[in-house]
Amino acid sequence: MEYFVQQLANGLTLGSIYGLIAIGYTMVYGIIGMINFAHGDIFMLGAFAALIVFLILTSFFAGIPVALALLVMLIAAMLMTSLWNWTIERVAYRPLRGSFRLAPLITAIGMSIVLSNFIQVTQGPRNKPIPSLVTDVYHFGNITISLKQIIIVAVTAVLLTVFWYIVNKTPLGRAQRATEQDRKMAALLGVDVDRTISITFIMGAALAAVAGTMYLMYYGVATFNDGFIPGVKAFTAAVLGGIGSLPGAVLGGLLIGLIESLWSAYFTIAYKDVATFALLAFVLIFKPTGILGRPEVEKV
Amino acid sequence: MAQSSDNNSLMAQAAKEALVAAAVSFGLFILYVGIETYQDINNALVWRTRWGLLAVFVVIAAVSRFLVVGFIKPHLDKRKRDKAKAGIPEVSDGKNFFQRNFLKIALIGLLIYPPLSVMLAGTQGSLKYVDNFGIQILIYVMLAWGLNIVVGLAGLLDLGYVAFYAVGAYSYALLSQQFGLSFWVLLPLSGILAAFWGVILGFPVLRLRGDYLAIVTLAFGEIIRLVLINWTAVTKGTFGISGIPKASFFGIWSFDVGAANNFTKAWGLSMSSAYYKIFLFYLILALCMLTAYVTIKLRRMPIGRAWEALREDEIACRSLGINTVTTKLTAFAIGAMIGGFAGAFFATRQGFVSPESFVFLESAVILAIVVLGGMGSLTGIAIAAIVMVGGTELLREMEFLKHVFGPDFTPELYRMLLFGLAMIVVMVFKPRGFVGSREPTAFLKERKAVAGSFTKEGHG
Repeated sequence: MEYFVQQLANGLTLGSIYGLIAIGYTMVYGIIGMINFAHGDIFMLGAFAALIVFLILTSFFAGIPVALALLVMLIAAMLMTSLWNWTIERVAYRPLRGSFRLAPLITAIGMSIVLSNFIQVTQGPRNKPIPSLVTDVYHFGNITISLKQIIIVAVTAVLLTVFWYIVNKTPLGRAQRATEQDRKMAALLGVDVDRTISITFIMGAALAAVAGTMYLMYYGVATFNDGFIPGVKAFTAAVLGGIGSLPGAVLGGLLIGLIESLWSAYFTIAYKDVATFALLAFVLIFKPTGILGRPEVEKV
Repeated sequence: MAQSSDNNSLMAQAAKEALVAAAVSFGLFILYVGIETYQDINNALVWRTRWGLLAVFVVIAAVSRFLVVGFIKPHLDKRKRDKAKAGIPEVSDGKNFFQRNFLKIALIGLLIYPPLSVMLAGTQGSLKYVDNFGIQILIYVMLAWGLNIVVGLAGLLDLGYVAFYAVGAYSYALLSQQFGLSFWVLLPLSGILAAFWGVILGFPVLRLRGDYLAIVTLAFGEIIRLVLINWTAVTKGTFGISGIPKASFFGIWSFDVGAANNFTKAWGLSMSSAYYKIFLFYLILALCMLTAYVTIKLRRMPIGRAWEALREDEIACRSLGINTVTTKLTAFAIGAMIGGFAGAFFATRQGFVSPESFVFLESAVILAIVVLGGMGSLTGIAIAAIVMVGGTELLREMEFLKHVFGPDFTPELYRMLLFGLAMIVVMVFKPRGFVGSREPTAFLKERKAVAGSFTKEGHG
């Protein structure tokens, strides 16, 4: 039982990170119906931004409080990935908006290759380890929960609330939902569609940066190809939760995290990725709308 | 006067946009290019600045933006206006000799390529041209043509094509080592096994379309690779399988050094692996030709027509009584079979297979070749394969770049970067690929070339 609870805690932590990335997938898919394949690499860029800022901070201000350092890393990473995703959308995706359906997906795959290889070329192919930032752990009986895990879950919860508020209660969120439902009609009614889509990309990127920073803090290491596997898993999470649905993305992320850590704990760790990918296939085949998604009506 | 003030405002706008581009690229690259992280002697991660390189990036971004806004875009707009004024765009009926006989010339060129490279570079020197360029490119041509059946003809986006390539390669590697079967027995068998897997993987995804299909096939591709890595008892995991037997010349001559009927001994030639490579070159050329022949023939058969109808509009297809299940499954199976052939060939050529060769990136590269070439166009795909694979192979040869950028410069590192950039640039500027039109197989009275923009994939 204690072992199970321990795995539950680990799974929730992992799941929060997947959930944060999944929100980016789900929002972009919701608004322009495109799988932003490069989103996983945006997450990786966020982790690298946090890593570089961390190195700069520690060399200039040796005794900086950890909380402040984390905050600076987080903000820098969010700014960085926002700028990247904004530029990518402007340069690579926007010209293809009227093109055939596969064009944006293929461009996004190309962008994913470009981003990971760009980091490989500029920062080198090796693992980048940093010293552990947060080392506190709490014991509850035999269960060990680290402060890192608490931070990750708390940050996810706060951000989800903030984003849920933005999408559901603000004019910006209304514009987003309108664009999602009918782009042409939204434009006719005075919604600046291009701007709304840009902001959606920026929001997704900012959340991916948070996930990247958390990932760096949790594992203490970043590599240029870190984007691919978490990216696919986050996409699985988005699909599992119902693509287009914000709470669905987080729910899916948590489920994927739980499945992964429980699978590793009770079956073989070697096949944990196979379990996730198989789950993705099963969900898409048997329930493509996911848990909280709306059914897609086939139109002639 | 109006002209010059127009020009001035254009230049002012170009300068303004160049400044914006400079600012944005400064923001984009300041952390990743401006700062380099590396491990010092204590293995701790440290950093240093690279302002010079950052400045180069920013200047390139600003200058290219200036040129695009100030010169290239007005020029293109003008050309478009002129074209619109001229009415119907020029339809060139008068093709020159080269265009008319392009395929024959290309085939003859390919046939004489190995002897030519032996003549020019010597027996040993030809290895590089025949193996690194010839065989490498032809493998990708074959894979891309195989994927073209699935993506280009049937409109089913498959991101896990490399799985079938892996099935073919491992089928040959394992069966030849365990049972000592020859290449010529295992080549068809590998194809059949891959086709079998194509049906198994194709069956559950029949209901999915477009992006979802792409992601599920990606998941299947990754599952097969992960199984290859983790099922160490059979596949030896990441170590891979080495010592895979070579193909023989239809069992008459062997290319093994110790064999009594060794090819070079039988013909009294000097010992060299070049002959084996030349043999492999013709083998893969024949396999490619087979693929092209099958594709062209199938397109004219009911099943090929059904594929293309399926690509254009699935709902219309169903309402006209086409069995979409068998149509999709045959596309998957035939595409997979070709991938399996290519895999068996790959295994015998390398003599070594490991899961490293079957990563997602490989699927992306094959898909990129299909898309860049223009989906459905065999010639376009072949050209794309030559440009992309040959171009990246060429990068390895560019020693002079080392003199420009210093001895630490390794061009291979930029291979995938350029590949990804090419994917984006071609998609943005020429979304229909190099060859954007294709000859219809069904037509009323006369054959007209169909502009690529009339053909769509999957989603009706």
